[in-house]
Amino acid sequence: MHPAFSVIFLTTLIGVGQGLFLALYTAESYHAVGLLPAQSPQFYAWGAWVAVAFLVAGLVASFFHLGHPERAWRSAARWRTSWLSREVIALPVTMGLMFVYGAVHYLGWDLARFGIETGLPGDLTLLVGALGVIATFGLFLCTGMIYASIRFLQEWASPLTVLNYTLLGIVSGFTFATLFAALFATDLVNFFGGWAIIAILAALVTRVSSLLRNARIRYKSSPQTAIGVRHSRISQRSQGFMGGSFNTREFFHGASRLWFRSVKWLFLMLVFPVPVVLISLGMSSDSPIELAAAFMVQYLGLLAERWFFFAQANHPQNLYYQTVG
Amino acid sequence: MTQLALVIDLNVCVGCHACVTSCKEWNTSGDAGYMSDDRPYGEDPTGCFFNRVQTFEVGEYPRTETVHFPKSCLHCEDPPCVPVCPTGASYKRPEDGIVLVDYDKCIGCKYCSWACPYGVRELDEHQKVMKKCTLCVDRIYDTSLPESERKPACVLACPTSARLFGDVHDPDSRVSVAIREEGGYTLMPEWGTHPANHYLPRRKTHISVHVDELERYDNPLKKEGERPRPDISEPSLDDVTSW
Repeated sequence: MHPAFSVIFLTTLIGVGQGLFLALYTAESYHAVGLLPAQSPQFYAWGAWVAVAFLVAGLVASFFHLGHPERAWRSAARWRTSWLSREVIALPVTMGLMFVYGAVHYLGWDLARFGIETGLPGDLTLLVGALGVIATFGLFLCTGMIYASIRFLQEWASPLTVLNYTLLGIVSGFTFATLFAALFATDLVNFFGGWAIIAILAALVTRVSSLLRNARIRYKSSPQTAIGVRHSRISQRSQGFMGGSFNTREFFHGASRLWFRSVKWLFLMLVFPVPVVLISLGMSSDSPIELAAAFMVQYLGLLAERWFFFAQANHPQNLYYQTVG
Repeated sequence: MTQLALVIDLNVCVGCHACVTSCKEWNTSGDAGYMSDDRPYGEDPTGCFFNRVQTFEVGEYPRTETVHFPKSCLHCEDPPCVPVCPTGASYKRPEDGIVLVDYDKCIGCKYCSWACPYGVRELDEHQKVMKKCTLCVDRIYDTSLPESERKPACVLACPTSARLFGDVHDPDSRVSVAIREEGGYTLMPEWGTHPANHYLPRRKTHISVHVDELERYDNPLKKEGERPRPDISEPSLDDVTSW
């Protein structure tokens, strides 16, 4: 497939935002059971709003993918059958809950304001946050299933796709949360950094699993099934036109083999080991510079990872477009 | 239920591209708007087509066979492109099984083209909507045309009648009989899309002649002419009749 930068930015940016929100809510839940010190409401509020900003940036990027962005509102219509439609619904719901979560922290409201006495400080933020967590995981599921549900893109049609989207989003969000904590809540740096490293290791396992799986794929379609002729030697002599078409542009990445392979090793380095080293350095020195570097290096790596994810998928329609003529 | 479809006879197709050009001519002139072309006479021409004729070579020289292969939307009975559409612009008509795109609802997200294993959907680069074969839906029901012309433009254009058009759910229709009796098959059956369009395979007529069939059993010396008449006293072939 041809990697579209609009979709690369959409999926990576909302991943950071979702992961950042999960990181904030994790810290708040740890605080609720007395495992972490309290933070200022502004920390959570601004953190949640930064997460919303990441989602908005992703949403803006996604519009560049559409031929008719002014009709985008129509895309919520087919949520019963289309994962893309479900994502279109889940994204604003998640954004809204994150924003409300931030606002409730900022205003310092709790359930007592609505006449419900629970005796638990911050009960309303925990409740809204829990809804936000459900929406966030729902959004991860929708995003991953958009790709995993296309059964003949065999590189994508695997539960590992959903798992990777979820874990890589969490990875980038916790890395950003570590940086955010280094700037505004230094007693959370080790907490976020530790979880970021654990998430990086988990994502390394699932992403490498999917690379290994994809290296062993046996394609179900072949030139034989494509034209229905039973012969072991079938080659295309003409695709029917001498120039390009949508089919030759949308479904081929067009990069050289060397570039394709280099991107794989590049993202494997930039997403996993380099940030682990930089986060460890940042945690030991409490320096935001290393943590900022960790986030930026990892985000670049995730752009490369997403590029590779698209480029690696081999569409069966390509069997019909092997030779110009 | 009706399912309109094309049956394409690969035994007859000569790869002349008449179906491609007549398809473009009819559909670029219709109510739905033009099908854009860019740099048609330039260095890198590109454009939107509903139908393509491709050529494949089967076998290895000198024992090769050239297969001309027209490819357009197969109007699958279980179309994977329809449920993925977020807006409902892509739909399958219940009354005749034609898969269509509502150009006024399409947002141009290209997801349906990813979800088609056959690569028959093409984005119009100027109208920015997904386009595909409509089976000339604006022509086949047009009662102002003589009945013999209420067929897709590609079918009418084919000089060798390699393209048949009809209802594949009617067991007695010409297309159903052709599929049944001439070995019609579908493309990429592994994906369970149940394409409505079928292809008829290349067919050659072989007679198998065994060596001993070339030699008359009762004439081993291969001498033609009147046979020697046996004497009346000799036994006849079956010991009963006589010459």
